[in-house]
Amino acid sequence: MPYRAPASATSRSGWASGEIDGWRPVNGDRARDALVLAEAALAEALRHDVTEAEALVMAEDSSLTRFANSEIHQNVAETNVVINLRCVVGRRVGVASSGRTDADGLRRLAENAAAIARVVEELEDWGGLPGPTETEPVAAGYSPATAEASPEFRADAVRAVIDAADSAGVIAYGSFSTGSESTAVANSRGIRICGTRTSSQLITVSMGPDGGTGYAEAAAVDAETIDAAALGREASGKARATANAVSIEPGDYPVVLEEYAVVDLLDMLGYLGFSALAVQEERSFFEPGKRIGSELVTVTDDGRDPAGLPIWFDYEGVAKQRVELVDRGICRGVVYDAQTAARDGVGSTGHGLPAPNPYGPFPLNMIMAPGTGSRDDLIAGLDRGLLVTRFHYTNPVHPKLAIVTGMTRDGTFLVENGRIVGPVKNLRYTQSYLDALAGTVAVARDRRTLRGFLGGVVVPAVRIDGWTFTGGTEH
Amino acid sequence: MKELTDRALDTATVLGAEYADIRVVRRRDESIAIKTGRVEGVASGESEGFGVRVLVDGAWGFASSHILTAAEADRIAGEAVRIARASATALRHPTHLDDRPAAHGRYETPLVEDPFEVPLETKIADLLAADKAACAVKGIAFTESSYAAQREWKTFAATDGSLTEQVITHVGAAVEANAVDGDEHQRRSYPDSGGGWQAAGYEYIRSQRLGERAEPLADEAVALLTAPQCPSGRYTIVLDPSQLYLQVHESCGHPTELDRVFGTEASYAGTSFLTTDKLDEGFRYGSDLIDIVADATAPGGMGTFGWDDEGVAAQAVPLIRNGIFVGYLSSRETAPRIGRRSSGAMRADGWNRIPLIRMTNINLLPKPGMSLDEIVEDTDDGLYLASNRSWSIDDRRLNFQFATEVAYEIKGGKKGRLFKNPTYTGITYEFWRSCDAVGDERSYVMLGTPNCGKGEPGQIGHVGHAVPGARFRDVQVGVGKW
Repeated sequence: MPYRAPASATSRSGWASGEIDGWRPVNGDRARDALVLAEAALAEALRHDVTEAEALVMAEDSSLTRFANSEIHQNVAETNVVINLRCVVGRRVGVASSGRTDADGLRRLAENAAAIARVVEELEDWGGLPGPTETEPVAAGYSPATAEASPEFRADAVRAVIDAADSAGVIAYGSFSTGSESTAVANSRGIRICGTRTSSQLITVSMGPDGGTGYAEAAAVDAETIDAAALGREASGKARATANAVSIEPGDYPVVLEEYAVVDLLDMLGYLGFSALAVQEERSFFEPGKRIGSELVTVTDDGRDPAGLPIWFDYEGVAKQRVELVDRGICRGVVYDAQTAARDGVGSTGHGLPAPNPYGPFPLNMIMAPGTGSRDDLIAGLDRGLLVTRFHYTNPVHPKLAIVTGMTRDGTFLVENGRIVGPVKNLRYTQSYLDALAGTVAVARDRRTLRGFLGGVVVPAVRIDGWTFTGGTEH
Repeated sequence: MKELTDRALDTATVLGAEYADIRVVRRRDESIAIKTGRVEGVASGESEGFGVRVLVDGAWGFASSHILTAAEADRIAGEAVRIARASATALRHPTHLDDRPAAHGRYETPLVEDPFEVPLETKIADLLAADKAACAVKGIAFTESSYAAQREWKTFAATDGSLTEQVITHVGAAVEANAVDGDEHQRRSYPDSGGGWQAAGYEYIRSQRLGERAEPLADEAVALLTAPQCPSGRYTIVLDPSQLYLQVHESCGHPTELDRVFGTEASYAGTSFLTTDKLDEGFRYGSDLIDIVADATAPGGMGTFGWDDEGVAAQAVPLIRNGIFVGYLSSRETAPRIGRRSSGAMRADGWNRIPLIRMTNINLLPKPGMSLDEIVEDTDDGLYLASNRSWSIDDRRLNFQFATEVAYEIKGGKKGRLFKNPTYTGITYEFWRSCDAVGDERSYVMLGTPNCGKGEPGQIGHVGHAVPGARFRDVQVGVGKW
């Protein structure tokens, strides 16, 4: 179960004398064990005459079953732990990490971090390590079923996907991952926090005869809530529906983006602009009060929302705050870690990543507010446009304007007079994601929980009045 | 170490594995990050563990752990066998491995100056000097400079008696200058945006002379703020090695991975247009000038090693010969399916990941004749594009679009004014067929990609690309607006 130790928690005796050799977390007590290990590492650091120190422990047990050509072809499991130690001497900061949990390993780790801190230059605006903040664990962030998921459990789910593909006469590809991660932070300013969370994700691509492909995905804290058969049917059905796709001229089209595509909008905007560091370095589009979206666009980052994949403190041990990024189209806030917050004279919002982190804080739990209509209502509102299932291999070409290029994939359809006419071959686009927010004219009421490249996201489908497609391909 | 490897292999065999291998890997890394003249982060890391891969009734299982004890070796071997038996419940085509001689021996990256023995103060000072030189240029908003080194000690053992030891060292560094004005953000980087990386020692970092390159680089970033937008249309383009290496990576390296061709990456980054029928028919991938080889023996390349991660000896394998598609990157599992032997391209990202078919050093061979400068002199009207800024390619590796940091107009054989925000796009084989000049040895340089992503769970690969510059005709530049 998730566990947050009281701020006064102290180290168990003996951890620095060799008892932790062979440390392996036990389900149910993993977070507490991680915290004790963090405290042991912190104690080693404090022997080195440092001004401040912080120990971060990340321990995981994760497994992934991968399938292709309607059979399992890769099936892996991992037990791992990483200790990240940050030592501060005056305003000099050194970081070392290690997977060794024995006493000698911790001693070496502390020596390395402290030695680095003594030779680097001072950070003039070093704001210090953060102090304790109040938070409570989010019980919905942990599922025993996910933590204990077996290879047989994952194989059963994969067979359900494959059965759906067989029934539709298509071939199934994909993966099903389950895992738990225990995180603990102890620092010299009194932070003592730990927790275990679980997550799972099933993705599948179906490929049919005549070139059709389809996609489905779900992410959840509780792997047992993922309906593998339903995902298999969704992807397989789309693979049948996209057979014999035809070419369409690139150009500007209104689009309906399914949830899988909307993930990329949020991820990319989070990466490019909703970080305090991006604003401080003048490379973000973000300005407080600036309109970047239509009235229908509201995006928050909320690590406590059980609709997503919750995490209630960051990698600096600071409680996660709900941050309103965009409110009805207006820029409201960005996320902070301790250092960027110190620079702006504000408090951290709990979005720090493991040190050293030249990339700055990121929103890892973005949630887009729902609208009112159904997905079909969005499609019905298109006179002539495209329905896009997902995007592929996206990359910014003009970061400050959030102009991004990428491809459509696994289900692109021409819509006329509110009805799907048929599948079209994939298209390349070069599109400002800010213009996409501004052009959002409808938002669906239903949302999906998915995993983006920044973390868990909760997103609806949207309709956008213009999307610039700049090329095509052969499939 | 042998006690641990024997224990895991014996346990796997007793539990029913028809084949098993184990890799014990210790990885040490060090990084320096500098931003705008100040040291933002210095870190060192160590990771150690082992991974056991087993084949049971033709199905794969893999398990790994950071705990290096005999008891854990038993547990992990047992877990791998259990996973393989679960795999077998959804198996249609049992796996068969090709034969290869048992591997024995030791390999170590040749280097002159051990990067981990160079004092940290020296490395910081070297990088800081370069960063500050860029930072001092008027108009620069921020700079980012980085250095990193990684060393792996890797023991591989298998039930066929193989036992190899390898020590592989990679280093890289780069300096990047950023200029910002309103909505315009321009950057210039050297040696390239991903950092110049090689399998080498600190002598490689010294040879890059970052400090000397920083100031002109920064000047150019500032100049780009007021440079005209790169025009759109059909153009002759000359690609600098700092862009061409990534073109090779995305449009030749990835599509020739045989596991991708067989669909095992379909649910992630996709498949490949280079299907096996194209190997049989002698598909024309590029013009006669295009010779591309996967060479795991190339000096300095990050894809250079003694044996791959299933014990196949390093080798050089032609992929494209005189423009014709002739070979794949392959493994012991995939190669027999096309009647060939493994090309020795199985590589894993550390102890806790299975080996996948990865690029080694995918090199576009130089052609005697013209230097890169002479190719420019031979071009009446075109664009010279350098330093990758953005990349994207479709899920069968056909439609690509790249952005570079800078374009120079070519008029009458001379490089002229700067253009900002250049992009170019095309279809892979049409693009390579349009190549009418490949530079000679004088521009041939080994670069590396330290961030090649593949697989689930994700793996980051270090791969090498030696390329010269080259010219391509009638290429779509720009997207028509912006």
